[in-house]
Amino acid sequence: MEQEGLKLIAMAIAAGFGAIGPGIGIGILVGRALEAIGRNPDAASKIQTNMILGIAFTEAIMIFALVVALIIRFVE
Amino acid sequence: MLSISLVAEEVFTVGNFPVTNSLLTMWIGIVLVSLTVIVGMSRARLVPRGLQLILESIYTFFLNLCESVLEDKKQALRAVPFITTIFLFVFAANIFSIIPGVGSIGFYKGAHESTEQYIAHAAELPPADMPEAVDEAHENSAAVGAGHEGETFVPLFRPASADLNMTFALAIISVVVIQIVGFKSLGIGYLKKFFNFKSPITFFVGILELISEFAKIISFAFRLFGNIFAGEVLLTVMLMLVPYFVPIPFYGLELFVALIQAFVFAMLTLVFIKLAMISHAEEH
Repeated sequence: MEQEGLKLIAMAIAAGFGAIGPGIGIGILVGRALEAIGRNPDAASKIQTNMILGIAFTEAIMIFALVVALIIRFVE
Repeated sequence: MLSISLVAEEVFTVGNFPVTNSLLTMWIGIVLVSLTVIVGMSRARLVPRGLQLILESIYTFFLNLCESVLEDKKQALRAVPFITTIFLFVFAANIFSIIPGVGSIGFYKGAHESTEQYIAHAAELPPADMPEAVDEAHENSAAVGAGHEGETFVPLFRPASADLNMTFALAIISVVVIQIVGFKSLGIGYLKKFFNFKSPITFFVGILELISEFAKIISFAFRLFGNIFAGEVLLTVMLMLVPYFVPIPFYGLELFVALIQAFVFAMLTLVFIKLAMISHAEEH
């Protein structure tokens, strides 16, 4: 039972701390992209595509943390 | 109770070969994509219509993408079949995560048959010392299907990308192709990227490059697996919390994720192919 509780805490810590970095990253990324669109609205579609690609890469780091959390929880 | 399993469950065996539910879904995906292409291109016309138009616009999109990244028309024509195949295959594997019935249609397997693979189940909750948990488990298992306690639920279908074996295999294929392209365009000089004895710094950078080559496999595999598996978990949790209407936007999100991840996989392979074609001497 104690082991199970420790696992839950470890999972929460892994997923929670893993979300901090990508959260900041996506914030900066989208902020800069919107700034760029504001400066040059004609390039909006190009910037948007690259922004979404960047978000996907940044999000992947969060997903790694999530996978680690799920492995802690579910793999014996 | 939620039934979330990190590993794909075995559905049946052909001889000694275990067929898992994700493999079954992958075969269906392959057949569907092949049929779409065969039917769409069987009566190809000079002026495309309908399905042919969609397929041709996908091809043109990737041809333009390859051309803009590789900056060479000839090489783009050689790269585009591989890149488009990766995209279509990964997309077909991803899209199953939002099709209704995938993950919910299945059968119950007896508890005596290798339960250690199936996790997070009502039956595994501690029985005696937590009465309310047991009550909850009873309620939930009653909701899933009455009279199936002690048995594990095995879904018949599971998105192929939600199985680490498939994404790992695809990542290895893609990294091997990257190495082959590197050797083909730079010859034996490609090895200079990894083993350079000019100075200690270049030697160390080469070692780092070598490690990053292996890290590519892991990041490819875990990015795709994590995204689709996390999407599955998200949908399961949302459906459990609020069964009606609220999960609909999340289905839209998952559709978007399926498309973006397929595109990211293809795009990254393309970019790495481009990087493998440039020698270090040209870079500086």
